[in-house]
This record gives sequence, structure tokens and C-alpha cells, in this order.
Amino acid sequence: MSRRGAPMTRRAVRWLDERSATAPLLRKTLRYLFPDHWSFLLGEVALYAFMVLVATGIYLTFFFVDSTREVVFRGDYYPALYGQRMSEAYASVLHLSLAVRAGLLIRQTHHWAANVFLAAIVLHLFRVFFTGAYRKPRELTYWLGVTMLMLSLLEAYIGYSLVDDLMSGMGLVIGYSVGLSLPFVGQNLMNWLFDGMFPGSPKLWPRMYIAHVLIFPILIGLLLGAHLLLVAMRHHTQFRRKKAQSERTIVGIPAFPGQAPRSLGLMVGTAGVLFLIGGLVQINPIWLWGPFHTYSSTNGAQPDWYLGWLIGALRLVPSFDLTIGHYTLLPNPFWGGAAFPLVVFGFLYFWPWLERRFTGDQAFHNLLDRPRDAPVRTGIGVAMVSWVFLVFLAGASDRVDVTLGIGYAPQIWVYRVVVWVLPVVFGLVAWWTCKELQAGELVLRDRHEAEQEARLTRMRHGAERPGDPDALES
Amino acid sequence: MRAVLTLAFAVALLLVPGAADAGTPHGTPKEPLAAYGYHLYGQYCLACHGGNAAGRYDEPSNATGEGPGREQGQQGGIGPSLHGVGALAADFYLRTGYMPLRHLGLQPRRRPVLFSDHQIKALVAYVATFGGPAIPTPKPALGSLSQGQALFTEHCAGCHQVLAQGGYVKGGLPPDLMQATARQVAEAVRIGPYVMPRFSQRALSDRQLDSIVRYVQFTHAPTRPGGWGLGYLGPVPEGLVTWFLAIPALLVLCLLLGRRLSR
Repeated sequence: MSRRGAPMTRRAVRWLDERSATAPLLRKTLRYLFPDHWSFLLGEVALYAFMVLVATGIYLTFFFVDSTREVVFRGDYYPALYGQRMSEAYASVLHLSLAVRAGLLIRQTHHWAANVFLAAIVLHLFRVFFTGAYRKPRELTYWLGVTMLMLSLLEAYIGYSLVDDLMSGMGLVIGYSVGLSLPFVGQNLMNWLFDGMFPGSPKLWPRMYIAHVLIFPILIGLLLGAHLLLVAMRHHTQFRRKKAQSERTIVGIPAFPGQAPRSLGLMVGTAGVLFLIGGLVQINPIWLWGPFHTYSSTNGAQPDWYLGWLIGALRLVPSFDLTIGHYTLLPNPFWGGAAFPLVVFGFLYFWPWLERRFTGDQAFHNLLDRPRDAPVRTGIGVAMVSWVFLVFLAGASDRVDVTLGIGYAPQIWVYRVVVWVLPVVFGLVAWWTCKELQAGELVLRDRHEAEQEARLTRMRHGAERPGDPDALES
Repeated sequence: MRAVLTLAFAVALLLVPGAADAGTPHGTPKEPLAAYGYHLYGQYCLACHGGNAAGRYDEPSNATGEGPGREQGQQGGIGPSLHGVGALAADFYLRTGYMPLRHLGLQPRRRPVLFSDHQIKALVAYVATFGGPAIPTPKPALGSLSQGQALFTEHCAGCHQVLAQGGYVKGGLPPDLMQATARQVAEAVRIGPYVMPRFSQRALSDRQLDSIVRYVQFTHAPTRPGGWGLGYLGPVPEGLVTWFLAIPALLVLCLLLGRRLSR
């Protein structure tokens, strides 16, 4: 096998090299060093979830119809909606979910993959932020990543809206209202995007469809390519675990045979987990929600988790509009739906610059910080995360009332205070914990040094065996 | 809230003109079952609904609802008149355990029924002597599931959630309808208990009501071709599955695959 196998590989490589002269590049690629720490795999999980999204999405496009033309549902496979009027888009998703072979498996996997994709990006972002991996010379990589997160949120929202079931229609209404609330440009922007004063134009669905299956995926794909290219060009960051790992030397494992099986395993594993959940756990059972009409709604409607923070913010902002005379300058949804995410993303974009500004640190960084090594950054990061997370929790307050019986109105009032107080507390606690951990390490190091010294002294004085505790007494 | 309740009482009073007039029966009913109900009424209901089921509006109630922040209407009295509510309402409130209410001002919630079937029949018979609609007999088999879905979404889902899982509205918690029998659903639609609006025959015909009842029965065990149903609530439990099932599984995968190769 191996005797015949090796020449075969060599012959194949030679064949390719003779026709493309890529052997040097191939060698370089195979010898490229990858980081050897599990937390670096989170970004890869996001990458593989994206691949699953594209693959399953292509299958869904075979059956989806991007039209809001009203049809009468005549699918005898689902009597609970038989004979109802609905958009062609919704009818096509019903059909692909309930009548197309493997349609539901693929659709559910697509939706779970979207939820996981965004979760993996967020975890990846936490890793990058709390270890300071975004610092010079990797700010560009980081900014591309943050931009991809923003695009992915929009992409997921449009995908959710395309189905035109009751929930997606309600979500679209909220998004439209938030768009309208943008000062000065809101009305014109929404008229332009939605093609008219009222979001019912037949042009709207094809637009959203093209955005969802072409524009956004290509944008994300391009940024993803640039992101990975930049990572490769600047190489990975690393924790200082041993002397060899310094700002100037990269330690890692080669692409082949080290990283390749690992990445392949992770890719297959991620796809496996997604398809398993897609086959076993129901997600967005649109046949149960029914078609959307402007006069219908349902209690307890929520967005997918990754937009929960915006619903929470819309709920927490007290009811007021900023008006000048009869002119409404800033309608209420602006604060929760637009200003809040602007602040969060603004923070993410400006953070590397802010940090440089306040620390005066202009140096190159190839070594990562542990969270405790930068107490201020960790504290601010924890405060930001808990701020967004508390607002996110407020978005589920109605379900908390229903299931746990804690009144909705008092919850909202408590959140209105708590979202400002607790992040400060958590941030300070995180900062203090980092300081204490650092101090603890210093104590350990001092003790270690003192012990070493004592041992040396003992040996020098010709005491008994090194390490004998009685030696010091005499 | 307060306005709604006041309005409800006003409507109830208007529906029964001359509620306390000479035409209404007084004292122990002749019929034995109703007579038994009369005694039970005296024991369990009289304190709030007043003598002769005429309601107690005389004294302003200071009772407010229990529970943090529950907005309760200050009723202009203690208990409404039962004249004209009929066997329909009595049957509904007693068989759901809504009545007797523990405290004034509480939202009636489904509770274990403490009366025996015979006692309920007696009380219903007694209340029925004051006139009003009979207990309805919905025929869900005659209704259309699809029409029921559409009607439920239009009229009910805004409060009860599209799969009747219950929800939150200002001033009350619309209950889930998981335990609601066909008769109770039909009764509730015609009564409009607590803050729920009342639907007349003109708003919803009996045939339409049959369809709604059929749909509510469907929600007790909806089709779930996609696997585990997650309580039919949508994104909240789906987010929990994402973060507590999918992500941990993938993190374990990362930890296993990412075990350090270089030592």
C-alpha cells in the first residue's frame, strides 16, 4: 500500500507542479503553522456553520418562491391551513417543509446553523477581545470580523423575514418601524428600501431574496476571505506557555499533518451536530404560526436569540418621543432599535483605538494577554457584555411573567435600574479579581524564589540533603 | 382596567333590565336541585355576590390584587350581580375553579375544583333561575380546522398566543388553553372572563365557534414533523437549545480536537 502509495502522491504532485508550478506554494501551505489551543477553534466553528448555511441554503432556493402574490393554500398535506389565503412565499416554504423530500431537515438545519453561526462568532469575539488578540498588527482582521458580525445579523434577520409567516411578519414590522425612526433620513430610506409608503410592494420580496441569497452571502464571503488572508499573513497569536513562545517566535503545529485532520474533524463534527439537531429538534415551525396578515399577531412573539438584545432595548426605553413643535425629531424606537446597537458596535469598532490611546501602547503584539494580565480591559469588557446581556434578558420578561409569575411591569422597572448598575458592579468585580489573581501570582513567584534561594543557601552551607526542611532550623 | 370592568358591569346591568325588580324570584326555589344550590350559594357565594345574587355594589372595595405589580381594577363593589349570566357562566366559573375566588381583585386562575359534580349542578341550577343563556354544546367535529386557525389567530392569538400557550397583556395573564375543554372554550368566548372581550353571536357565529374549539383541541397536540416541539413557543426555547445544547456540544468538540499536540 505505502510502497505503491507514496510514488502515486509524488506523481500526482509532480503532475500538478509541472502544469501549475505550485509546489513551493503547496509546501508553504502544508508547513504553515496553526495555533495549538482549543479556543482558536471557535472561529473555525463559525466558518463551518457558514459553509453549512450556504450548502443548505442552496437546496432551499430550489423550492422557495420570492413572491408576495396572494394564493390559496391547497396542500392537502396540512389541513390546519387548507384553503387559507397567503403569500406565495409562505406557501412555498410550507410546501418545502412538509411536502419536499428532506426539505424540513434542510430548512431546520439551515435555521439551527444560523443560530449557531452567530453564537460561534460571539464566542470567537469574546476570545479575541479578552485576550487582546485584536491589538496591533491585527486591528484590520478584527474590524473585518466585527463587520461580518453586523452583516450576519442583518442577513439572518432578512432570512427570518423571507418566510412571511406570522412571526416573520411581526418581525418585519418592527424592523420597518425602527428604520422609520432614523432621524431625517428614516422615511425616505424606508420608502426606497420597501418601494413605497407601505411595505406591501411586489418588489419587496425579490429585493430581500436577492439580498439574502446573493448580496449578503457574497459580502460575508469576501470579508471572510480577507479575514483569513490577514490572519495567515500576520500569523496567529499565542499565549506565553514556554520560553519558546515569544513576540518574535511562533510556535504551532503545521497544517499537515497537524492541523488538517483536526480541522477536517471539526468541520465534519460541526456539520454533524447541526444536522443532528436539525433532524431532532423543531425550529421555527412555520406551519403552526400560520400566514401573516397586518391585522393578526400573537402573544409571546420573540426574535431569534441574536436579536433579543434589540427587543429588550425597545422594551426598556420609556415611552417618549423627542419633538420640536409638531415635528417628531426622534421617534421612540430609535433609542432601542438604532442607538443601542450603534453604541455597542461603535464600542467594538473603536475599542482597539481607544485602548491604544489610553495606554499609549504602540507596540506589536504577537503574544496574548490572559484576561488577568489586563484588568482594565477585562473589567470594561465584562461590563459591556453584562450590559448587553441584561438588556437581552429584559427581552424575555413576558415569558418570565407567564412561567414564573414575576410581574412584567415591575420586571421592566427593575431592569431599567439594573442594566446601568450591575454592569458597573460586574466590571469592578472583574477588575478586582484580575488584580487579586495577579497579586496571587506575585506571591507565588516570590515564595518560589525564596524557596529556591533557601535551598541554594543550604547547599552552599553544606547542609544535609537539599530540600530537607530541618536544615533551616539549625 | 377599571374602565373595562365598570363598562362590563354597566353592560351586564343593561342586559338585565330591572334586575332587582318584582319579576325576579326571591327566596328558596321550588325545584329541589336549585334549592340545594340556594343553600350552597348562601355558604360559598353570598358574601360577595350578595343576597338574591343581585351583586354587592354598596360599599367600595379596597381590595387590590395580589402579586407584584398586578394591575387590578378597583371594582365599584365587591361581586357582580349574577342575574342574567345564566347557567353558561356559572358552569364555566365553577368547573374551571375560577370561583370561588380566594381574594377580591385577583385574576381568576384555573384551580382544582373543590365542589362535587352534584354541587356544581345545583349551583348552576340556582344561578339559572335568574335567567340567562344555557350551557352551550359546541360541536367541534362540525367546525373547520383551517377556519378555526384563521379565526383564532385573528381574535385570540394576540393574547393567548397562536398555539394557545398563554401570554402577557397589560393588566392580566391570558391563560394557556391546554386544559380547556370544548365547552369551557365555548363558554369563555361568550362570557369574556376578566379582561377578555366578550364575543356575541354576531361577532362569532356558533359554527365559527365550533371551528375555534376544534382548533384549540388541535393545539393540545399539534403536528410536529420537525422533532422535539420545544413547547411551541418559538425563538426563546430555540435560543436556549442553541446555547445549552448545540454550543456545548461544539465546545466539547473543540476541546477534544484542540487538545495540545505540542508539549
